[in-house]
Amino acid sequence: MVTGDVKLIGSWASVFVMRARIALNLKSISYEFLQETYGTKSELLLKSNPVHKKIPVLIHDDKPVCESNIIVQYIDEAWSSYGLSILPSQPYDRAIARFWAAYVDDKWFIALRSILTARGEEEKKAAIAEVEERTDHLEKAFIECSNGKPFFNGDHIGYLDIALGSFLGWWKVVELDANHILLDETKTPSLFQWAERFCNDPDVKPLMPETTKLAEFARKLFPKPQA
Amino acid sequence: MADEVILLDYWPSMFGMRTKMALAEKGVSYEYIETDPWIKTPLLIEMNPIHKKIPVLIHKGKPICESLIQLEYIDEVWSGTYPMLPSDPYQKAQARFWADFIDKKFYDPSWKVWGTNGEEQVAAKKELLEHFKTLETELGDKTYYGGEVFGFLDIALMGYYSWFKAMEKFGEFSIETEFPKLTEWTKRCLERESVVKALTDSDKILEYAYVLRKKFGAE
Repeated sequence: MVTGDVKLIGSWASVFVMRARIALNLKSISYEFLQETYGTKSELLLKSNPVHKKIPVLIHDDKPVCESNIIVQYIDEAWSSYGLSILPSQPYDRAIARFWAAYVDDKWFIALRSILTARGEEEKKAAIAEVEERTDHLEKAFIECSNGKPFFNGDHIGYLDIALGSFLGWWKVVELDANHILLDETKTPSLFQWAERFCNDPDVKPLMPETTKLAEFARKLFPKPQA
Repeated sequence: MADEVILLDYWPSMFGMRTKMALAEKGVSYEYIETDPWIKTPLLIEMNPIHKKIPVLIHKGKPICESLIQLEYIDEVWSGTYPMLPSDPYQKAQARFWADFIDKKFYDPSWKVWGTNGEEQVAAKKELLEHFKTLETELGDKTYYGGEVFGFLDIALMGYYSWFKAMEKFGEFSIETEFPKLTEWTKRCLERESVVKALTDSDKILEYAYVLRKKFGAE
C-alpha cells in the first residue's frame, strides 16, 4: 500500500509531538522525523504552520496538518485501512473520547503545568490539589470509557489513551519536581495500572523520553526563580 | 421516546447557536430547554457535571458537551443528509483546525472587546481585528468556508454572528468596512433558514452586553 511522503516536524520532548508519533506507529506509517532545535523555529515550521508556529506539524504529500489531536484524527482517517481504528466506531463513544481529550488539554494539563510555574509553596500546594482533583475525574472517565477493558479505547490504545498517555513522561518529571506523587496507586488505581500498560505498549515504549533527560530539559524550559 | 433529542441552551450563547444551526440543517426535531448557566440547575449538573456549562445536547438520555463536539456528533448520527464535514481527510482536518482556531484564539478577544475597558480592551481589539483578517484571508473568494457547501466551519463562525454588533459597537470598528468578503459571506449564510432561526437578535445581544459589562466592572 502506498502511504505517500510523510514528514513530522517535532521534538523528542514534546507531549503533543508524541501523540502524532504514536498514531503513526499504530498505523505502521514510515515517516521522516524533523527534529526542531530548541529555541529556534525552522523555516519549514514557520511555512507549514504560519498561524501558530508550533510543533507538531504533519506534512503528508506536502500538505501540512497542525494541532496534535487533529493530526491524530487525520492519521486515523487518511490511513483508515491500515491497522486498527484510533477513534472509537460509535458516534457517542467518539464524542466522549473527544470530550475527555479536550479536558486533558484545557483543564488537566494547565493544572499540571502550573505546578512547574508555581511561585512559592502556597501556589504549588494549590496547583497540586487541582491536579489531584482533575486526575480523579480522569480515573472516573477511565472506568466509564474502558468498560472493564485495558485501555480507554477498549482492547487496544486509541485516541484518548494517546491524548493522556503522551503526558506520562512529563507527569513523572512534575512529580519529581513537586516531590509529590501525582499518579497514586491507591487514589487512582485504574489510571495507575493503565499507565503501566500504556508505557509498555510496543508502539509507545520507544517514544517515551527518559525521565532524567526530560527533567534536565524541564529545568531549561521552566527555570526556577533565583532565591 | 427512543430518539428524543433535548438541547439545554441559553439564548445569548454563540455556542448554543451553533448546535441549533446544525440540528436545523439536519432537520432534527428537539426539545429546547432554556438553561441559565449562572444558575446551576439539577439537570445541568447531572448532564454536564464537569463543566456545568451549556449547550448540552442530550440524545436518548445521554449527554454530549462542547459545541464543536456536538457538531461532529450530529453530523455522524444524522449522516444521511447535508454532510457538514467534508469527506476528504485533509479537508476535514483543515475545517477542524480553523474551528479550533476560532475557539482558542478568536473567542477571548471577541468578548474582551466589549467586556473589558482600558488597556485590556485596546489589546483585545487589536487581536480581534488580526483574527478577523486571518479568517477573511482563509475564506478568500470561496462561497462558504466549506467551498460550495455550507458546513461545519461556517456554522462554527456564524455562531458568533449575533455578537458581531456588540464587538463593533464597543470596539469601534465596522466589519463591513474592514472585512468585505466576510460580510458577503455572512449575508449568504443569512439566506439559510437554519441560520436565521438559530441566531438571537443582535440588538438583544447588544443590550445583554451592556448588562454584562456592568457585571464585569467594565462600565
